[in-house]
Amino acid sequence: MAKRCVQVYPRFERFWHWAQALLITVLLFSGLGMNGVHTLLSFDAAVRLHTVAALALFALWVFATFWLFTTGTWKQFVPKLEGMVQVARFYAWGIFRGEPHPYRKIYWRKHNPLQAATYFGLKWLIFPAVWLTGFAYLSYNLWAGEVADGTLWITVIANIHLLAAYLVAAFVIVHVYLLTVGHGFLSHVRPMVTGYDTIDLTQEQEAYLRTNEPYRIREIC
Amino acid sequence: MSRSAAIGLALAGWLMASHPLAAQDVPKEPVSASTTDHAKLKELQRDFASGPELTEACLACHTEADEQVMGSIHYSWDYLHPQTGQRLGKRSVINAFCGSVAGNEPRCTSCHAGYGWTEMSKAPPTRAAAVDCLVCHDRSGQYSKTATGAGHPPLAPVPAGTKTITGAKAKPVDLAKAAQSVGLPRRENCGACHFYGGGGDNVKHGDLSSALVEPGLDVDVHMSPDGQNFACSDCHLSKSHRWPGSRYSVMASDTEGTGLPGERRDVATCQSCHGEAPHPLTLTGIKLNDHTDKLACQTCHIPAFARGGVATKTFWDWSTAGRLDADGKPIVQSEFTQSDGQHLHTYLSTKGSFDWGEEVTPFYAWFDGQVEYANSEHEIDPAGVVEVNRITGDPQDGVSRIWPFKRMRGRQVYDSGLNRLVATHVWGPTSDTAYWTNFDWSRAIQAGMAAAGKEFSGAFGFVDTYMYWPITHMVAPAEDALDCQECHAPNARMAGLTGIFLPGTDPNNLTGMIGKLIVLAALAGVLAHGMVRLIAGRRRKGGAHG
Repeated sequence: MAKRCVQVYPRFERFWHWAQALLITVLLFSGLGMNGVHTLLSFDAAVRLHTVAALALFALWVFATFWLFTTGTWKQFVPKLEGMVQVARFYAWGIFRGEPHPYRKIYWRKHNPLQAATYFGLKWLIFPAVWLTGFAYLSYNLWAGEVADGTLWITVIANIHLLAAYLVAAFVIVHVYLLTVGHGFLSHVRPMVTGYDTIDLTQEQEAYLRTNEPYRIREIC
Repeated sequence: MSRSAAIGLALAGWLMASHPLAAQDVPKEPVSASTTDHAKLKELQRDFASGPELTEACLACHTEADEQVMGSIHYSWDYLHPQTGQRLGKRSVINAFCGSVAGNEPRCTSCHAGYGWTEMSKAPPTRAAAVDCLVCHDRSGQYSKTATGAGHPPLAPVPAGTKTITGAKAKPVDLAKAAQSVGLPRRENCGACHFYGGGGDNVKHGDLSSALVEPGLDVDVHMSPDGQNFACSDCHLSKSHRWPGSRYSVMASDTEGTGLPGERRDVATCQSCHGEAPHPLTLTGIKLNDHTDKLACQTCHIPAFARGGVATKTFWDWSTAGRLDADGKPIVQSEFTQSDGQHLHTYLSTKGSFDWGEEVTPFYAWFDGQVEYANSEHEIDPAGVVEVNRITGDPQDGVSRIWPFKRMRGRQVYDSGLNRLVATHVWGPTSDTAYWTNFDWSRAIQAGMAAAGKEFSGAFGFVDTYMYWPITHMVAPAEDALDCQECHAPNARMAGLTGIFLPGTDPNNLTGMIGKLIVLAALAGVLAHGMVRLIAGRRRKGGAHG
């Protein structure tokens, strides 16, 4: 095993991440406006912005899902219990004592177990809740006549949508905070900009990459 | 073309283009499309001694007109409600204004589309010549009806002090001139009665006032000469002297939209011209089209009523009537100042206290178009606010929409023995029972109920009332329609309405509070975590150095 500067985030993944970050910011801002939390946008403008951003984000998710499964990257997001306790203990205790992070990024596992579990929950519970309720919300007039009490249905749907949105907001807060852990904010953000991060490579992995995808290894990160 | 002619044409074109006054010399209204010029008819080129005499001349050619008019509510003042079976119409209803037509006939029937209806207990005159053609069809602008003449026009010599139904000083009408001018009704024809309901300009409706005779575009986009310049009958299109558009049985929602040419002229709904999805196919437009499942068009497109500078009466308290000054004379107070500077009555010994409003925000309610009057047949609960005309609506029935209303507040007299509203004899300058002459409620009710043919226990009191007037005129230009946040905001226009889910009205509901708590907990968590990291880190460094 040797530390190498490897491209862990290909161009599409970086685009996906930052476009998603922008769209989620726009959606949270316009959504909270529509909900009446602030009045910085007119309701009309908030609805238009929210709808356009939501459709754009959904299109992005369609591409991202396709990408995840065709490239096999989906495996990165499968949660594993192994190492979970150590990582949890680190954030709750070791971090205050200056201990090193127990998780070593490896080529096929760039998320630590806690991270992977969080993303798994986000991708399988919260995001689907957001877009399922979001589409139901948006298409209200197409189905309202088919159910007994459309007003009750839309009330429930809107409240689930709102709760999921607040959970996304909480995720964003913790996500941004965790960038300050370890080697600092910039060292966490930089790989998502340049694509390159220092990870452990086995000899075989390094040999393979140097032969077949030499651009994925840099000498200095 | 010769050279000089070409120059002349060019010059004329330049003159017309650069001098708008030149264009105004051309009559704005095209010459009548009618095939008859009534001024050329020999039958009308003579003196007429009375309204009915003139009507006879009309009927000599328009042989069926009297039958048609007499069959219409404009003449019968009688309406049998098809759903509730209740007998309505001016002959029967009790309102929150002067109360009832019964007992006040020649004053109230001065607006009757006929001549000489002096007793409500009897059907209107059946003589063909009793129909008043001119009130609707006069285009000379000088026809009128006296305020207390049971429909007759003021004719020379006019007694001093006579007023017309609009409250103006009565001038003698030249019936021959009026007869020769006839044409299709204009706004001022319908308005002579409908703008002045309740005894004055815009007193009753709120959305029908003299401001609609020549309204600015901002007051009424359809009726404004700068807009469509519609006459009332462009929407209330008559067929055999009957008009669509009833306040007793309103078409609360129209899902049929426009028809093919020749079809669909039986309703006065917005949709009958604009269709069911009139907004453009933009993100906002699509959503607005979807709103028609809950809202009447009027709800957004009439942001306020009593626009255009004429106030409407919003409150009428009869219970304070009857106070006299130190000399025993009736009191007149005019403390409401209209936007044009005119002072309006706020207290009259004859009528009690009033309040007025301009640019009034409507009251909103679910409405299926049906109205049921309390009249004097329903028992009322005097402990609460009595609805003079109860409007019904159900969010789930598929027909009801949220409509704008003028909700008139009143405090009016009732029979406290039988718990019923009463007809009152208020007008009667020569009677010894009329309230306005004698200030005695007991006798005024006795006489009013006798005129209405109803029972009166002899005991009376005052009760708070609401009366609802659907708002449908004074449609504003599209850019003045309500912004979304007029309703989609906390404590906004639809506050209190049930049966709808209205985003943006309650950011602090249970879910909103839980969500905010989650976000706060996340913030507090990361802050605390960060602080401990910072302190622990310093201590470690301090220890190393120490």
